[in-house]
Order: sequence, then C-alpha cells, then structure tokens
Amino acid sequence: MADSDQNIIRLAHGGGGSLTNQLIKDLFLRYFDNEYLKKLNDSAILQSSFSQFAFTTDSFVVSPLFFPGGDIGKLSVCGTVNDLCVSGAKPLYLSIGLIIEEGFSIKELERIVKSIKDTAQEAGVLVVTGDTKVVEHGKADGVFINTTGVGAIEKSIPVTGSRAQSGDKVIISGPIGSHGMSVITSRENFGFHSRIKSDVAPLNGLVNTMLEITEEIHVMRDATRGGVATVLNEIADQSGVSIVLDEEKIPVNEDVRGACEILGFDPLYTANEGVLVACVGAEDAEELVKAMQKHPYGKKSSIAGSVKDDSPGRLSLKTTIGSHRVLDMQTGEQLPRIC
Amino acid sequence: MCVAVPMKIKRIKDDKGVVEIGGTERGVSFKLLRDVQVGDYVIVHAGFAIQKLDEKEALETLKLFKELEQYS
Amino acid sequence: MKYIDEFRNKEAARTIINSIRRETGEKQITFMEVCGTHTMSIARFGIQEVLPKNIRLISGPGCPVCVTPNHYIDHAVALSRREDVIITTFGDMMKVPGSSSSLEKEHIKGNDIRVVGSTLEALHIAEKNSKKNVVFLGVGFETTVPTVAASLMQAQSEKLNNYSVLSAHKTMPEAMKALSQGDVNIDIFICPGHVSTITGTKFYYSLVEEFGIGCVVSGFELLDILQSILMGVKQVVQNDLKVENQYTRAVKAEGNPRALETIYEVMEPSDAVWRGLGVIPDSGLAIKEEYSSWNTEKRINVDIEDTVEPKGCICGQILQGKKIPPQCKHFGTDCVPDNPIGACMVSSEGACAAYFKYKVQ
Repeated sequence: MADSDQNIIRLAHGGGGSLTNQLIKDLFLRYFDNEYLKKLNDSAILQSSFSQFAFTTDSFVVSPLFFPGGDIGKLSVCGTVNDLCVSGAKPLYLSIGLIIEEGFSIKELERIVKSIKDTAQEAGVLVVTGDTKVVEHGKADGVFINTTGVGAIEKSIPVTGSRAQSGDKVIISGPIGSHGMSVITSRENFGFHSRIKSDVAPLNGLVNTMLEITEEIHVMRDATRGGVATVLNEIADQSGVSIVLDEEKIPVNEDVRGACEILGFDPLYTANEGVLVACVGAEDAEELVKAMQKHPYGKKSSIAGSVKDDSPGRLSLKTTIGSHRVLDMQTGEQLPRIC
Repeated sequence: MCVAVPMKIKRIKDDKGVVEIGGTERGVSFKLLRDVQVGDYVIVHAGFAIQKLDEKEALETLKLFKELEQYS
Repeated sequence: MKYIDEFRNKEAARTIINSIRRETGEKQITFMEVCGTHTMSIARFGIQEVLPKNIRLISGPGCPVCVTPNHYIDHAVALSRREDVIITTFGDMMKVPGSSSSLEKEHIKGNDIRVVGSTLEALHIAEKNSKKNVVFLGVGFETTVPTVAASLMQAQSEKLNNYSVLSAHKTMPEAMKALSQGDVNIDIFICPGHVSTITGTKFYYSLVEEFGIGCVVSGFELLDILQSILMGVKQVVQNDLKVENQYTRAVKAEGNPRALETIYEVMEPSDAVWRGLGVIPDSGLAIKEEYSSWNTEKRINVDIEDTVEPKGCICGQILQGKKIPPQCKHFGTDCVPDNPIGACMVSSEGACAAYFKYKVQ
C-alpha cells in the first residue's frame, strides 16, 4: 500500500464520478488504446463475419498478486484466451471487470493494467469494455479480476470434452505443476527462498499450430486448477472412456518436482496456466507433437498417454515399474503435509 | 509418517541455513544437527535438518542393486 | 534429484523384483509397515501389484494422524473457537473428523486456524501476534517430535510466552511391541526409516528376540522398499530373523543423539491413547513440568465436548492390520476422502485413503 492519498485507490474511484473518469482516462485508456474502448459507451458494438462464437468468463483471485513469470493481470487474460482457443475459437475481444480494495496502490494497479495490455497484445485480443468497483479495505485481497471473452469459430472442429475415442493418444503440451508451485513458493509462509516460475501463457498461437497439422483433435482442454489429473478425469468421464498415462512421459521441471517433494504435493494435481491436454487420433500424434515442440509454449510437448474403452471414466497411471494406480478426482486442495 | 527430503546445504550461519533440491531453496534450522557443512546433503523434515546423508553408504546401497543383476 | 532419482531406477527395480520372485518360492510371507509414508510410497509406486501373490504387505498404525483420538480433535476444535487463540497445525490434521466438527470446518466458519510446514513458522506467528495465544498441534512420531521440542526450547529461551504446544506425540517402540503381541501374524516389520534416523536401531532387537519378528529398517524410495522386501524374504526363507538396516545412508545405529536429547529435555514418556488400539503405556510424550508454561493443556482452559466414536467405523482393526479397508461397511460409500468418518480415510497416508486413492487393483 502506498503512503499518500494521491497514490492509492479510494472508494470514490469506483463511484462513477470524477475520480472514476480520471482513472479511466489516466490509466485504462492509456493502455487499452483501441477504437472500441475509446468510445466509452455502456457497451462495445462489435461486428464480425463469423456466424459461430465462443463465449467464456473467468474470475481471478490469486494471491500473491505478483509471482515469478506473471501476475493477476497476465493470468486474467490467459485464463480466458485459453478457454476460448481450446474450444476451437479465435479469441477476439475481452472485457475486464476489476474489484479493487480501498487503499490499493495505484502504482501496483498500473503494473497489473500494463500486464493485461502486454498479454492481450501477445494474444492478439482487444480489451473493448470494462468496469471498476472499489470495496472497503479488507473485502477484496488487493484486487479481484473477472474477464469475459468472445472468440470466433473459424473451422468447424468440435472440440468438446466428450469426443475422446478409444485408440486416441493423449498429449500434454508442457511441464506440469509450475503455476501452482510458483504461487505457493511465493507466499511468505513455508519459508521458500527461491521462486518457481509460473507457466502462465496465452496458448492460441500453439493451438493454431496444432490445427494446421490436423483436424483430428477430438478434445482439447487447458489444465488449470486441479492439474492435469483433474481435467483428464473430466474428459474420461464426459467421453465414457478410460485414459492411461505413462509416468515416464509426463513432463515436469526439476524445481517443481523438488518443491512438490518438500510439501508432499503431486504435480499431477497441481495447477497450470499454460498447459493444455489434447486427445488426438493416433496416426497424427507424432507429427502434431513435433510441430508443437517447435512453438515456444510447446517445447516439452509429449505423448503422455492413451485412451481405451475399458472402465469408462477412469484415469490411471502406469508407473515406471509397470504397475497401475488409479488417479481419482482430487478432494479439495492439496495441503502441505509432514506425514 | 515422514515426508522428509534429501537436500543440499547452500548456506549455513550458526544454526540456520538454506538448503536446496532441484533448484528450489528453502530456509532450514540446524538446531538438531551440527557438524555439517555447505555441500553436504541432509534429510529435511518439517523445516529441520535431522540427519546427514552418507554418500559412501548411498553408493554401497546402489552397488548392491547392481550386484543383483549378476544373478538375474 | 540426488538421493532420489537413482533410487527410483526402473531397471534396478526389475532386477530386485525378479530376485524377490526367485527367493520367495511358495512361502507365504507377511510384512507390516508402520509408517504412513511407507504406506503411501508402496501405493504410489504400485509395489504390491508386482510382488508375487504370496507376499502380503499390510499397513500398521503408522499414520500419526490416524491414531490421534477423536478427543484430541475435539480439544483443538474447542480451542479454535476462542477469540484469543490462533491454531497452527500441519496440513495433515485439517480434515480429520472429531466428534462433531473438524479443523477444516472450523476454519470455514472463520476461526483462526493456519497450516504451517514447520514449528518455526508457528513461532514466527506467535512473535507477530503477541496478544494472541498461538497453539501448535503437536502430532507425529519421533521424526517430528524433536522439531516440536526445539520450538519449545526456543520459546522458553526467547520468553515467547504466547506460544504453546498441545501434545499428542507418540513413540513407535511400545506400539510395535503391542502389535507384535496382537492377533495378526507378522513375519517381518518394515521399520520406519525416518523415525530410525532419530532413534537409531537398538530397539528393534527386542522385537526379534521377544517376538520372533524380523526387522528391516527401510528407506522410502522405490528401490529402498523393494530391497527391504527382498531382505525380509531372505530372512524368512533362511530362517535367520534379525535386525537389518537397508537405509544405511541415513540411519545410524545410534540415531541422532542431539535430537534425542532435545526430545527428552522437554518431554517425558506418558501413557497415550491410540485410536483403535486403546491406551498403550509409555507410548506417548508429555511436556515436562519445567515447560508447563508452554504446554497448552496447563495454560488454556476450554470445555471439550463428550467424545463420540463413529458407529461402525473399524479404523481400529484396520490400523492393526486385522482388516483391510474394503471390509469396512462405510468404505467408499459414506466414508470417502471428501467426507471421512474415520481418520484412516482422512490422512493422506491412512490405509483407507491410500486404498481409495490408488484403488489397489
């Protein structure tokens, strides 16, 4: 929190009056310089030649707000962009809703806004509308963000969770668990001295690369809270198939593995923000992974498992010694344990 | 009952220090274990170093695994 | 990662597994491990599946959370409801059900309960909140006790008078003795490697001499556990029961004398209630009189509800290895990790939780 009154957010900033206007002009318009937002109307009027759209929303309450590799601003753009692109849509427009705690530093707010702008730019999306509310001190943990996104469906590739087929290969696009461990090692408690870098990234470029190779992508999901194990369980359930992962083929970074060992966490259940999983036709898997590995966000892509039709809804892991264990849906968040 | 991890000592000052595994560093207490130095590996449990890892013994153990191969 | 990866080498694992198969022959051998982390490692690496069918691995009461009685949870819950108390605890305790509530449920209600990874963090919280009573839930065996004892010594020397510990600490030797005299036929104990780094290996000799149960002190990696099983098999097949140390890189015969001194500077043996096993004399650790200012029981008064044991819960028998989780009528139906009835389902290492999570095929 900053010291003087000029440098902090006050309740009036969310009141719709002169302070709100000042904030919009001095901060938001400076960073989101596009024809839609500049109009400052109640709604942005958008046009497109596409007839099918993807529409999604996500809210972000991460703590701490800033962590290695990103911050809540970057996260808020990537979360929504990724939900759109794994649905087969080209992300186009975003709305940003901010709920800010009274007393929050304007300098820090600017850092977050710049981050949103930079990430939106990388993802090729425009922030066309937004809203700011301010709540009393203690009611918002710094800042909460909601983003809602619209994307256009260009190719008619239905990539719903229910299309995984027996014989498909499961691809994981990058090392798992980085975001979750980044956030937890950045928290003041637990005594970590080094910080793991979050994998937060907009994946639409990677998805485009994939779609150029093949249309036999049956399922694509970004693996966020609950990790890869959670999203694959959901897919197995929706598609009525079983999925077997090969422990040796799952990419994990050393530092994430180390931190997980310390806290007793399992990377498979730890959050990601820049990893997607895909179920694809077996014949295309190799070529697809090779192409993904050429993309900056897919360098460690791996064919990590296969889809079968026995035991529908079950996700299991083949261990290095060839035995199997079931990976159930996680019950609640992982807690650091000593036992 | 013991999530305890082998970690390498990076820094020690009196009875406090920093240990590392896989590139991740954490603060640790050496109140329960003296006679260690930077570069040693220790077992860390609940924020305390509880025992030093004996490299010679570790290599012996690994050798035993290899010896079994002769008989298989 | 050094000391981890090389002990998970799969080629070496296959070699040991083949040796186990060769040595065991037709003999029925029962191993009991008494360390929750062993339970988890065995399940995580899928070890039972690759062993010959005549080798049985059973879990004993090695999970300190599982053997913590309802009354302790009820006590912690009652403390947490006081405005002037901050509860600090290892994550393992959060979901354990008490008679009517749990720490997690109390946390949701807004009571100040904080998960820490070390007593050092709890001391820090006490320093920062001088007007509050910071209570640390002392649960765990000999691996953990020295860290808690050290925190009490530090609190005393720094006159950090708002810090205290509610001890439910237990020690292994008497429990293992009780199990040795119990109904389950055990051939070999897989002895807890990290407890042994503190206690050393002396105690296990009495188990061999008095009860004819072989002991192998085991590490926790894949190869450690497999090698320990091989060593145990050889002991049985050659009829040469003894104490062996597989975890030589971390366990010395004398243990960690400094850690042991720290424990007994602050604590002394007491009788303890083990969920499912009842009272085992001298199996617990109570805070000494000299440290009573830092002993929650002596410092803070609360009314604790009457203990109610869940009906039909057979955690006790599972803890002793007499029954396996699927034999409990609640298992997987109304007792699941999300909504546990007994502690065996809650603790990540409880036999039931491990069974449920890894669904031993």
